[in-house]
Amino acid sequence: MNLEGLEMIAVLIVIVLFVKLLEQFGLIEAGLEDSVEDEMEMATVRHRPEALELLEAQSKFTKKELQILYRGFKNECPSGVVNEETFKEIYSQFFPQGDSTTYAHFLFNAFDTDHNGSVSFEDFVMGLSILLRGTVQEKLNWAFNLYDINKDGYITKEEMLDIMKAIYDMMGKCTYPVLKEDAPSRQHVETFFQKMDKNKDGVVTIDEFIESCQKDENIMRSMQLFENVI
Amino acid sequence: MAAGVATWLPFARAAAVGWLPLAQQPLPAAPQGCEARSDEVLVVNVSGRRFQTWKNTLDRYPDTLLGSSEKEFFFDPDSGEYFFDRDPDLFRHVLNFYRTGRLHCPRQECIQAFDEELAFYGIVPELIGDCCLEEYRDRKKENAERLAEDEEAELGGPGGAGADWALPPGSPFRQRLWRAFENPHTSTMALVFYYVTGFFIAVSVIANVVETIPCAAGGRAGWREEPCGDRFPLAFFCMDTACVLIFTGEYLLRLFAAPSRGRFLRSVMSLIDAVAILPYYIGLFVPKNDDLSGAFVTLRVFRVFRIFKFSRHSQGLRILGYTLKSCASELGFLLFSLTMAIIIFATVMFYAEKGTSKTNFTSIPAAFWYTIVTMTTLGYGDMVPSTIAGKIFGSICSLSGVLVIALPVPVIVSNFSRIYHQNQRADKRRAQQKVRLARIRMAKSGTTTAFLQYKRNRGLEDQDGAERPALSTRSSSAFEQQHHHLLHCLEKTTSHEFTDESTFSEALGVISLGGQTSRSTSVSSQAVIGTSTRASSLISSCCPRQNKQRRAIRLANSTASVSRGSMQELDTLAGHHSPGPQSSRASLNAKTHDTLTLNCDSQDLVAAIISIPTPPANTPDESRPRSPASDRGEGPGRPSSGSSSSSRGALRNSSLGPSYLLHNAVKISSL
Repeated sequence: MNLEGLEMIAVLIVIVLFVKLLEQFGLIEAGLEDSVEDEMEMATVRHRPEALELLEAQSKFTKKELQILYRGFKNECPSGVVNEETFKEIYSQFFPQGDSTTYAHFLFNAFDTDHNGSVSFEDFVMGLSILLRGTVQEKLNWAFNLYDINKDGYITKEEMLDIMKAIYDMMGKCTYPVLKEDAPSRQHVETFFQKMDKNKDGVVTIDEFIESCQKDENIMRSMQLFENVI
Repeated sequence: MAAGVATWLPFARAAAVGWLPLAQQPLPAAPQGCEARSDEVLVVNVSGRRFQTWKNTLDRYPDTLLGSSEKEFFFDPDSGEYFFDRDPDLFRHVLNFYRTGRLHCPRQECIQAFDEELAFYGIVPELIGDCCLEEYRDRKKENAERLAEDEEAELGGPGGAGADWALPPGSPFRQRLWRAFENPHTSTMALVFYYVTGFFIAVSVIANVVETIPCAAGGRAGWREEPCGDRFPLAFFCMDTACVLIFTGEYLLRLFAAPSRGRFLRSVMSLIDAVAILPYYIGLFVPKNDDLSGAFVTLRVFRVFRIFKFSRHSQGLRILGYTLKSCASELGFLLFSLTMAIIIFATVMFYAEKGTSKTNFTSIPAAFWYTIVTMTTLGYGDMVPSTIAGKIFGSICSLSGVLVIALPVPVIVSNFSRIYHQNQRADKRRAQQKVRLARIRMAKSGTTTAFLQYKRNRGLEDQDGAERPALSTRSSSAFEQQHHHLLHCLEKTTSHEFTDESTFSEALGVISLGGQTSRSTSVSSQAVIGTSTRASSLISSCCPRQNKQRRAIRLANSTASVSRGSMQELDTLAGHHSPGPQSSRASLNAKTHDTLTLNCDSQDLVAAIISIPTPPANTPDESRPRSPASDRGEGPGRPSSGSSSSSRGALRNSSLGPSYLLHNAVKISSL
């Protein structure tokens, strides 16, 4: 057969249409493998927390407080877990002027103790228990965990810089005095390291951190601030 | 603030511990006064249905009724619950708002009722969730449009075609002429003119059409047929002239009568009128030159625009035009997509058929014709592809044509249906409006009558203390008694009295025309209006407070009068017997001319009319308020009390009564 250019195109189009038609009828199944996976993803994740007594034993909240906490939590997240997107959204509602996504990311990692990408109610409760009812040591421990981004036990200058930048981002543009590019956070990091890094090796370990904080009066006093949040 | 924020706030505050080691300045103290969260269950009783919820749930929105201390006003300490006397079905949605943070709009409830509930509970409608927001807005807009239409129809619509009430007699000729043009039903002359123009439009169009039919061939031309227009040129010319004369006259009259000439000249209808008559005049003044005859022929085409003049006569045509205008975007989309498809397929077909010899597809524009004919499934068959590729692409072309054309059609159809139904609704409403207004007027008059009767009862008790009239036992409710007492207090405050309509109009006639002529004018003017009104006004005006018997009978008949008045009024309206003013006057007067004989004979009439001036002389006001605009400054008629002004249309109608009457009275007295 001597098919010319256009005729070939025409025949091709016809063949393609024919194949699509067969697909519609289900006689040919193209892309079978993808569909099953898609189905699986559609199912929502559900998570049920531990029993109330267990949580009461593990955390420092009373039963009533846990009940109130869980009701609020379940109302917001019916599936029982908070993923990072939701976390960022929630946090951004509190800080509308600035960009709180970076800090929320760090915070999420601090709460997500088992690092499975979602914060369940237990994680939530444990975190809150430490922050609100824990000893000063535990709180400082938690803070250290927050700053230590890669969880290797040392806070380096880069990590601290990231954290500081994230915090300053939350302030936004309209501040007084005006926030210049990077200078305030850098300066802040320098101050922090001067205070905390005792042996001047460029990193802050957990012991250095706790020791320096315990010596600082301001920090100690402000630790009591958030006790009656719930 | 969303519900979620309130729940997460403690968490955000707790997370602030992370800032503590970094703080350069000491952090402020925490706010006191946050007591330990003790959560309790509240019971909210809405018309008997009990809803229970946590206190925290309601506290999420502190600027609403349920979230603030305002709900304490509704607290019932005996039962320990909050009682609201509202709709329990709608409360369900309100409570769900607190629970989920999203306000949903119920689909089967009236949007107005829902709005009212939201207003009561202090919830802003903007909080409606996205899922229901679209529909809420649409329904609200529809409602608002309908209410606006209602109001417009009630007011008579300024210059609108819906107004059927007659202009006040003193309006200038120009206004009446415009009125006659816009609404042919107002007078017979207008109707006649309407039909005449319609007839001539039809004649003109038919003449244009018939002109071109080949008549039997004239003998001298052999077997050649010629069109009728050439065979009877004089006849057609005369007919054309007559039509054009009528159209020109109509156009000039409309131009003269238009309230705003500039706007009239720019309007579509006037443009059509102008285009319809211009070709004739141009043809008249241009000499029959061979060079210009081609242009002359073109001009004749424009004569067909006369058919658009029918749109003044046919509402359906207007609706069609309006639909097309409102669907302009869909039509534009259709046109655009069609053009794109035509160009694509024409190109493809041209190149597919290029190789064939003796092909019709000589160029791409030539292929346009084939594409259009195929896409619209006309298929004339004058251009047909012969190659295989051409045939394949041709079939794809026809299939896609069907799709592309079918897509925007439902949108246009739904638009047309919506506008058409709107029009139907407007017509129906106009018909029902009169009945509605009549009923409203009757209800108002009932109140007035009741009040006057209450006053007479009090008058009775004041004058003859011992004797209690037997017939004043028409037991009025506590509400009525208090209402009447209130009106009475107002009278005493302003030292003016409420009267009913007839007495007031009598007073008008008496005061402005002097005592002597008043008798004759009032009698004769009553004769003008009709015996029924005359009898009733005599009944109400005579026998004021002097004759107990007549009073008693009047009391008994006042109830009958109200119901009769309504019947009569509806009959009057249905039969289009009289314009507005008369029927409104009659509404208040008892038209019991059949059963009730004249209680007063002529003697009493004189005495009564002479005795009229005394009471109403100082109290020239009416129980019904009148809009000052319609009061043409004749006689004292400023109302001192303005109770309700809901149906302004009715009031305007009725308030025209006395002034209309006065006009007539003046005319008669000058005879």
